Amino acid sequence: MHSVILKTATRLMVGLILVFAVYLLLRGHHEPGGGFSAALVAGTGFALFVITEGPGQVRAAIRLRSTTISLLGLGLAVVAGLPALSIGQPFLTGFWWGPANAPWLGTPLIFDVGVFFAVLGAILAVLLALEEF
Amino acid sequence: MNQLLILPILLPLATAILAALARDRPRAAQGIALAGAALHLAGCATLFILIVRIGVTALWLGNWPAPFGICLVADYLSVIMVLITATIHTAVTVYACRDITAEQVSSGFHSLLGILTGAICGAFLTGDLFNLYVWFEVMLMASFGLLVMGHRPCQLTGAVKYVTINLVSTLLFITAIGLIYGLTGTLNMADLHGKIALVGDDALLTAAAMLLMVAFAIKAALFPLFFWLPASYHTVPVAVSAYFAGMLSKVGIYALLRLFTLVFSSTAAITHSTLAVIAGLTMLFGVIGAATQMEVRRILSFHIISQVGYMALGIALLTPLALAGAIVYLVHHIIVKANLFLVSGLIRQGGGTLHLPRIGGFYSRHGLVTIAFFIPAFALAGFPPLSGFWAKLVIIKAALEIQHYTLAIVAALVGLLTVLSMAKIWTEVFWKPAPAVQHEQKTDVRFSPWLLAPVLVLALTTVLLGLAMEPLLQFALTAADQLLDPRDYVRAVLGGTP
Repeated sequence: MHSVILKTATRLMVGLILVFAVYLLLRGHHEPGGGFSAALVAGTGFALFVITEGPGQVRAAIRLRSTTISLLGLGLAVVAGLPALSIGQPFLTGFWWGPANAPWLGTPLIFDVGVFFAVLGAILAVLLALEEF
Repeated sequence: MNQLLILPILLPLATAILAALARDRPRAAQGIALAGAALHLAGCATLFILIVRIGVTALWLGNWPAPFGICLVADYLSVIMVLITATIHTAVTVYACRDITAEQVSSGFHSLLGILTGAICGAFLTGDLFNLYVWFEVMLMASFGLLVMGHRPCQLTGAVKYVTINLVSTLLFITAIGLIYGLTGTLNMADLHGKIALVGDDALLTAAAMLLMVAFAIKAALFPLFFWLPASYHTVPVAVSAYFAGMLSKVGIYALLRLFTLVFSSTAAITHSTLAVIAGLTMLFGVIGAATQMEVRRILSFHIISQVGYMALGIALLTPLALAGAIVYLVHHIIVKANLFLVSGLIRQGGGTLHLPRIGGFYSRHGLVTIAFFIPAFALAGFPPLSGFWAKLVIIKAALEIQHYTLAIVAALVGLLTVLSMAKIWTEVFWKPAPAVQHEQKTDVRFSPWLLAPVLVLALTTVLLGLAMEPLLQFALTAADQLLDPRDYVRAVLGGTP
């Protein structure tokens, strides 16, 4: 689509949308947000990008196949559940690293990142397929 | 040791991811899928043995205790379903080595099959109603991917029907979940077992139960919502249709079996009497539908419907014997049906088509295929001593015991009609001399051992099940007792106080 307004706005918006997605992703463990909603927000950013620049550009920019992103995300989510198994806790039991009162990295966060990529990959696959149809 | 409960879900998912990463090298993807399926089968067999030894076991995922977190529960019914899923998964993966083209592998066949298997096992093991819904969704997505693989127009028509009706089912399911959560404040099935009795609003509860029943009836292809099944199963590759025929509608039956014993057993009598009528009609219409068809896979598809009716009947009667019959029927049916679809692939390879008037002469030319068809076909039709005879016998006996004579007669009659249409395939494909005019039919077809091995192993399993019916029936009776008196289940999930 050739629209100067859309194109200019997209440049400004996409960055903001992606930053907001990351914000949602990171706050998700204790407050509303998380991998799923973050991926939906990031998906809207990519949707804008697809509409203004066309699917070819986006495919070139993300390099990986969208289904591969999705499956790698699924893999990350599975891996996040494994540390618990190694010490005999149920699958997906959370582990946190860092200071005890403010741990900054934990398996739930890794799980959320995995969900983020799984959902984002699926959205991208649908978006690109529809736009190229 | 209860960590094992996660394996049936985790292994196929891991296989799916690895197979997807290797999908540009079909042989590597195949190898990964084979190894994954074998591991899955081993894992499920270990779980089966463990649960038989120690009884009902629950696993609180993420160490969040039920009813707050989501838990996996393995009782007798769950483990036998998981074991049978792994068996069919392995058989289909072996068969797929020759049946699925390299192109289909690189468009993600093994990943979708892995995700579908993981989702089915998840549905069998979960102890949470909302989690069950999620697994149904995952199943729907993966099966949709498998349905449209290859992009042929007839596949799309089938797939559109399949997806539309299944989305309706999903919608009803989630509505019912909303109602139940509103009424009881919990979605943990063991917790629901206790809390559903405390609900004062009977009308709303019946509404929720009915919504759930319709949702699962669509999944299980019960009358009158079965049309999506014969519209889609004959359009996909043989390996896929065998897996679908074996597993998909049976997850709906499993959900009915679980929900309408554990949660809605005492409160909703109307659902069970409705289900009994629906079951009778399903048996009848399925078998009549099969009688009008002349294409092997379409005949078999209609038989899935009529057979699912028997299982629904077992659930509707709700006596220990009837439930045990439904479980025996499930086990027998999944193996036999998947096998028959796999054999249909051999018939197509040998005859060039699946259209009955245009093939023939298999009896004299393909001995092994004849045996491989004969055993499951006449097990399905209910010939003693094969497994189908015992399954039908138990269900009919259960119906007679509580004076449901009409349903017993219908069940017996449908068995007779099944013989008729199995005999139709038998005479047309195997006994009839090969038709004179045929271009596609080659005379010297040799079947790959990759195709023959799973078919013969499944046929052997059918024979063994028929001969060793006593232990299976005992197992099913214990499983039925666990369903009707779920004290162990509730204790395993919620701990201490039942």
